[in-house]
Amino acid sequence: MTKRNISFTLNGEPATAEIEPHHNLVELLQRDFNLMGARESCGQGMCGCCTVLVDGTAVSGCLYLAAFVDGAQVATIESLADGDKLSPVQEAFIEAGAFQCGYCTPGFILMATQLLDENPDPDEDAIRHYLSGNLCRCAAYPEIIEAVKIAARKRKAA
Amino acid sequence: MPGHQVGRSLPRLEAREKVTGRAEYTHTMRLPGMLHAKIFRSTVAHGRIRSIDTSAAKTTPGVHHVVTSEDVRKVIAEPYYGPAFHDQPVLAIDKVHYVGEPVAAVLARDPHVAEAAAALIVAEYDELPAVFDEVEAVENRILVHEELRPAGTFADLKHLKGRRDTNIALDFKLRRGDVEKAFAAAAHVFEHTFRTQKVLHLALEPFASIADWTETGVTIYSASQGPSFVRTEIARLLGWPENRVRIKVPYLGGGFGGKLYIKLEALATALSMIARRPIKVAASMEEQFYTITKHPSTFRIKTAVDRSGRIAARKCEVYWNGGAYADIGPRVTQKSGFTASGPYDIENVWIDSYALYTNLPPAGALRGFGVPQLVWAYERHTDIIARELKLDPVEFRRKNILRDGRPHATGTVARDIALEAALARVADRLSWSRPIERGTGSVRRGRGVAIAMKAVISPTTSVANINIAADGSTTLYCGTVDMGQGSDTAMAQIVGEVLDMSAERVRVIARDTDVTPYDMGTLGSRSLFHMGHAVRLAAEEARDKIKALGRDVGEPEGSNIPISELFKKKYGMQAGNIIASGIYKPDYVPPDPATGLTPNATPFWMCAAAGAEVEVDIETGKVRVTRLVNVVDCGRPINPKIVETQISGGALMQLGFTLFEKMHIDAGQVTNASLADYKIPAILDLPQIMENEAVSAQQHNGPFGAKGVGESATFCVSPAIGNAIEDACGVCLAELPLDPETILRALRDKADAPLGDA
Repeated sequence: MTKRNISFTLNGEPATAEIEPHHNLVELLQRDFNLMGARESCGQGMCGCCTVLVDGTAVSGCLYLAAFVDGAQVATIESLADGDKLSPVQEAFIEAGAFQCGYCTPGFILMATQLLDENPDPDEDAIRHYLSGNLCRCAAYPEIIEAVKIAARKRKAA
Repeated sequence: MPGHQVGRSLPRLEAREKVTGRAEYTHTMRLPGMLHAKIFRSTVAHGRIRSIDTSAAKTTPGVHHVVTSEDVRKVIAEPYYGPAFHDQPVLAIDKVHYVGEPVAAVLARDPHVAEAAAALIVAEYDELPAVFDEVEAVENRILVHEELRPAGTFADLKHLKGRRDTNIALDFKLRRGDVEKAFAAAAHVFEHTFRTQKVLHLALEPFASIADWTETGVTIYSASQGPSFVRTEIARLLGWPENRVRIKVPYLGGGFGGKLYIKLEALATALSMIARRPIKVAASMEEQFYTITKHPSTFRIKTAVDRSGRIAARKCEVYWNGGAYADIGPRVTQKSGFTASGPYDIENVWIDSYALYTNLPPAGALRGFGVPQLVWAYERHTDIIARELKLDPVEFRRKNILRDGRPHATGTVARDIALEAALARVADRLSWSRPIERGTGSVRRGRGVAIAMKAVISPTTSVANINIAADGSTTLYCGTVDMGQGSDTAMAQIVGEVLDMSAERVRVIARDTDVTPYDMGTLGSRSLFHMGHAVRLAAEEARDKIKALGRDVGEPEGSNIPISELFKKKYGMQAGNIIASGIYKPDYVPPDPATGLTPNATPFWMCAAAGAEVEVDIETGKVRVTRLVNVVDCGRPINPKIVETQISGGALMQLGFTLFEKMHIDAGQVTNASLADYKIPAILDLPQIMENEAVSAQQHNGPFGAKGVGESATFCVSPAIGNAIEDACGVCLAELPLDPETILRALRDKADAPLGDA
């Protein structure tokens, strides 16, 4: 296999890695950077458990080739909190009880964050449609909708 | 806020780890020096293995080992495992019994290399005829196994040892009263057959186990709902004492019954023994479809009703499609089978419940332990009876409902069943006494209800330990697996309640068999009751020991000096510990083998009722659930918010099993084994209105009045929706799922214009 070196920005810090062409973004993050918050589940980009932000846009890390992040800004769930201070969306997910097993939670939180960046005041319909590509087998959906509403209020108040 | 911990809607103790992505799961764990295993699987449903050619895989650069059952038997002589039967080989031996059965494994440092090499293995089989349908399997024309191999764990399965020429892994019988006489005398007799489909747990964290074996001991990290069972089973396979086997379970990315008993742990252990390195076996989503599923079922149900509208007799024949290996199917067959006549007060009951082997992927427990399959049948049946007798479905149920103090079909007198209250709440929330708007154009509206009860699997044991350090800080050692149901938080609340401290201050040490004591397993909604009691008992012993320490150092009764001061006074410095333990096993009387009757079948009953309002588009068959009401009796909620999310989550999971989830199978091959083709409920599938409620109730023998709730909301969803669809458009549905094609076909059949096959 032909290995190649890539450099990119990971959660605000410069990063480099040696990768093979078939490696995906989840493998890169887990294997080289020990970041486990983006997790492979379905392996087909159907569930959203592996959501990562690349240049500010959510991608499915299980399908997104590691090579593509060369030169890009990559942000994972691990970057959302500012030290001990959780992001408004993270806080809202706790307050609303918007998760059970927690496996899909990072993906939902990143998508909800992106939603609120685009639309600070989404109605319930907008929330449902924006999050329709993320799956939660524990089905904490009613609480997730509630959490996004709480997060919107928190961000406005901040 | 110390004390008063029970009844608090405290957020989960591990919430912060989960929202920051730091919570640990086995599927993402790695050990130094670890190799990845990838599995080569059978492509035929039933066949003798003629040859396995591993040469190309072995010579692939980067491959360390290619392993077949021949290699496994060099390290484990009798490599068969299972909770009820020792029927499942670590890798297929001589025969394969289903498409997807593990036949060989490839070990490599790079998982991609292992996967590519596994694809180079070639196996040849002499194919045998296969049996897939549970009712056909009863005829025993095609035999899945030559001989039954009960594990010996369960006394009531021992008589099956050595039984040959049968696919029936267990035949449970219940006989109460005189059914035939009641049918002969009945004013009305109704008979129907209902079926349920094969569906999947589909935890978003797929199965994963990592085994690290050395000559002195083995440590297994596993996504398991039952670390104590895994320990016992691995110790048995290795011929080792249990203290050389350590099972560690981090958080689970969902379980739902799939990760119970033993799954990948035996394979991981055998591979680690062969490679003498840590081995990780992590399943893909596709492989989950070939590991464990829910039981498909066929249920023939017959009911006699007298002139007054009382159910006089009910006869139930239930066939459980257990797939190629028994897993826990025989327990489902009995422990849920005995509730097949429903939550009704019926004098004459006959139940036959059969666990069948077939050549399909194995079936086990899935959130309800068989009860949702039963309720689909008996609550559709009950509704059809009410409809045909022109009785109100709620009133007909009320007339026949089992009430506190009356004997259940098993003979066990029901106690603390808030079933009638749950039904009343559902009727109330649906405004049942008022007619509904029936729809216009192609849209027809209808509504339906259902009720159910379930026994907890008995008898089972839980143990908990508490350690109070000299600074007064408290640690709970508890083997209950928190797979999302919030058990760590609930157990900490129980400790806090007894020891008068806030639950947040209790540290829960989770699931490491070297330190957490025995627990039968996190299953069947048993943990809050059984482990809850063990934790309560441990906390009470700790409280007594704190009091004794106080007396010992001369503190007056009722003194409130900090615990740390007691330690200082006793030991002269910050030193010492208080160690306390609790062990709990409820009373139980095994059923009479001849009649299936027992005066004590279960320490508690879970009760549930549901109501649904639907819109059916009669041009497309599409159903929209406009309101779903879920009411359960879980005694007194320890954590009301977590209880609510269990009700909501259980109901929504069952909504998927009701409306669209189905494993499509062609000649034993699952043809939709991926999330692209097998849909689970997403956020857009939420009913327009969903209401969840735990009725006000107390379980007299529960910890602080509580009992389990993890499964209850699954029971009634399918029949409530099925009944609502019949109410809306008059089609009588007998088989799940209730997808548009099924409904459209039923509508066209009813209109005498059947839809042709595509």
